Amino acid sequence: MTGLFDEVFLAALLFGAVTAAVPLLLAGLGEQMSEKAGVLNIGIEGMMILGAYLGFLGAYYSGSLWLGFLAGALGGMAVAAVMALLCVRLGLNQIVIGIALTLGLEGLTALLHHFQFSRSYPRLPAADKTAIPLLADIPVLGPALFQHHLVVYFAVALVFVMIYIYRRTQLGLNLQAAGDKPAALDVAGIDVIRTRTIAVLTTGALAGLGGAYLANVGAGIFIPFITNGAGFLGIVLAMLARGRPLWVLFGALLFGVCLSLTTAMQVAGINMPTDIIQMLPFLAVMIMLVLFGRKASLPAALGMPYERGAR
Amino acid sequence: MTSSSLSAANGKPDIVTLERVTKRFPGIVANNSVDLSIRAGEVHVLLGENGAGKSTLIGMLSGLQQPSEGRILVDGVPTAIASPRHALALGIGTVFQHMMLVPTLTVAENLLVGGPWWQRPKAEELEARVAEISRTLGIGVNLHAKVSELSLGEQQQVEILRALLRNSRLLILDESTSMLTPKGIDDLGALMRRLVEQGLAIVFITHKLKEAAGFGDRISVLKLGRKVGEITPERLRALSEDEIIAQIVELMFGKKESDPEEQARVARAFSAETTPLLQVRDLAVPATATAPGLASISFDIRPGELLGIAGIDGNGQKQLAEALAGQLETSGGSVRLAGENLDGLGVGSRREKGLRYLTDDRLGEGTVGTFPVSINFFLKQIGTSPFWRKGVEQRQEIDRRAGELVREYDVRTPSIKTPIGRLSGGNIQKILIARELAEGVKAVIFNKPTYGLDLANTLATRQRVRDVAASGMAVLLISTDLEELLSMCDRIAVMSGGALVGTVENSGDARTKVGRLMIGLAA
Repeated sequence: MTGLFDEVFLAALLFGAVTAAVPLLLAGLGEQMSEKAGVLNIGIEGMMILGAYLGFLGAYYSGSLWLGFLAGALGGMAVAAVMALLCVRLGLNQIVIGIALTLGLEGLTALLHHFQFSRSYPRLPAADKTAIPLLADIPVLGPALFQHHLVVYFAVALVFVMIYIYRRTQLGLNLQAAGDKPAALDVAGIDVIRTRTIAVLTTGALAGLGGAYLANVGAGIFIPFITNGAGFLGIVLAMLARGRPLWVLFGALLFGVCLSLTTAMQVAGINMPTDIIQMLPFLAVMIMLVLFGRKASLPAALGMPYERGAR
Repeated sequence: MTSSSLSAANGKPDIVTLERVTKRFPGIVANNSVDLSIRAGEVHVLLGENGAGKSTLIGMLSGLQQPSEGRILVDGVPTAIASPRHALALGIGTVFQHMMLVPTLTVAENLLVGGPWWQRPKAEELEARVAEISRTLGIGVNLHAKVSELSLGEQQQVEILRALLRNSRLLILDESTSMLTPKGIDDLGALMRRLVEQGLAIVFITHKLKEAAGFGDRISVLKLGRKVGEITPERLRALSEDEIIAQIVELMFGKKESDPEEQARVARAFSAETTPLLQVRDLAVPATATAPGLASISFDIRPGELLGIAGIDGNGQKQLAEALAGQLETSGGSVRLAGENLDGLGVGSRREKGLRYLTDDRLGEGTVGTFPVSINFFLKQIGTSPFWRKGVEQRQEIDRRAGELVREYDVRTPSIKTPIGRLSGGNIQKILIARELAEGVKAVIFNKPTYGLDLANTLATRQRVRDVAASGMAVLLISTDLEELLSMCDRIAVMSGGALVGTVENSGDARTKVGRLMIGLAA
């Protein structure tokens, strides 16, 4: 039990927490936008896994992490485009399509990866870190929080961009109307389908980016099923946060700490079955749901396709 | 001669003209070759029963639906109104029957919804324009209030304001008075007058004759999708209100009548010795944050007697009904039905003993909208023989009995398999009445039984209530419509703040006495 609270351990724990939190944060923010507009995006796990796979391929073949992130985001958007076509435009059941996309893409990426690399798992070189001047020199917190890849800072900045969009912009108003009372948006002269499609495509891009980060920076490798429920945790975060981006950030960090504990405790030599430690984040989900989820008020039209003039 | 050339002869140009517009849905013709001319400076009333095709007509004008045949002219030019956005661009603003505001947003945000998504909302500009419109029209709205906190009347003002902010030349008001208080209705009438004086055209849809006669410059009557008549401004000016109503009734029902809602009541005498069928003593319910409680309510109803509960909505009427039906827990008092004590019994047992409650929330708690008509007849008997045996649904028995009830109660439904939510309010009410009057009924509580129904269904429902009393049941009739109570009840009790403040025999000057009690004076 030595060294559990020494500085190096704590810094490593927090650093790992941030790394683990970023994909959840991106997924949670993305899911939040879809839900705000009234689309329950269960396919987000599929968007993440394709983002992770294409992100990895992009980085592996081009040698540029940034091209990898671009490929990942585009991959997520492609899945989102399918989802938008089926669920938003054609009004099919969002849950069924979401599950189908997720399962299908998990299988597809595993299969493609197998064909391409057989049983080898090539690694990417470690990602460049950008230290924030001054802040990075703070003991413990500096190396833990302020020496990360640029995408990490982008994800955190995105929280505030989202707050601005929801509070201050026309798009934010239209999104909320699309989720709470789509008919009102329609008779106000705005295309509900288009508004929801914008939201779903944004979700896809963010989820794909999150997946790419997970593979390229978090793991440095793609293995089948690498997302391991990160998209679903994003859904949980969005549900718990009830439309507030800052809560997604807090939630993602909390889950990040739980996920990071898994490795950190092993590093510290604490003898505990890994299976139990790996259950931690999901236990945390359940506790958080019991504590905060009971009076969650979700958009009134969440999960319901909009059809003009239907009663 | 087309209607557009007709109106040109009258001097006022048509803003919108409908020419032989027909709209078909699978199985029904909602509008059948309707001609209509809508002019600037006129309140054009569209009058018709539920299902006459008024809402479909509005749907086509506001771009939600397209005509199957015929054409719509805007400023004399044939125009296909393709979408709500297109309708707004043409200057057609609609206030729908069901509120079209986002409850979670503020008034200002709601007025801003609909701007191009890449723009910043122009809050300052909005405030200035709202201030200007409010000043000229005398409507005041708090821009920063959340819509969910506004009354329905206030929400409606916001919607009218929204239509004006978008420079509408034609304002369509769909059943806008159904949710308003009498004062709110008068205010709306005055507002419409100011708007048409500014040169707007208004289409005002209603099924209430008095409103049509009171507010309209021109009245078109729709019946089963057809336009059956039009009363021109010249005629309207020449006639008195009673004559207008008589004329409309003739158009709608094909026979001359005075106000059909007025019906002579036969006074009945009840001996004081008769044992009451329903006895309520000191019934009490604690108040909650959102609802008034009940304070020591006591009354008797004798067999065959119709006791009315008058009062302004929200004074504990619903709580009284629910406490009697066993849906609301009481903190004291007793209810006896035919001498038997019902205290402590639940909803099901009370119903079994013969105490029935007809809710005013037909779609919410009265029915399961997606269930077929047949099952909805027996919702309160689920699991009981002969409709269920050992937990298994007896489809044949249910269908047979449902078929009988549909005929007996004259329910207009395509089939007993139709989901009940698709029926009109009047037909849903018939099904609920049939359900509550099933075997073993002794006393019935009717909560606002004619609320939201059209004239024909209102009259049919009232007759049904009278028949129930005439067959020897005890009837409690809760209504906010004083005319209704005066035309039906033997006695009228007035409810205020959760207490009965007085009971009046319905004879002679009952109207004055009840009125005085309602506004807080002694009878």
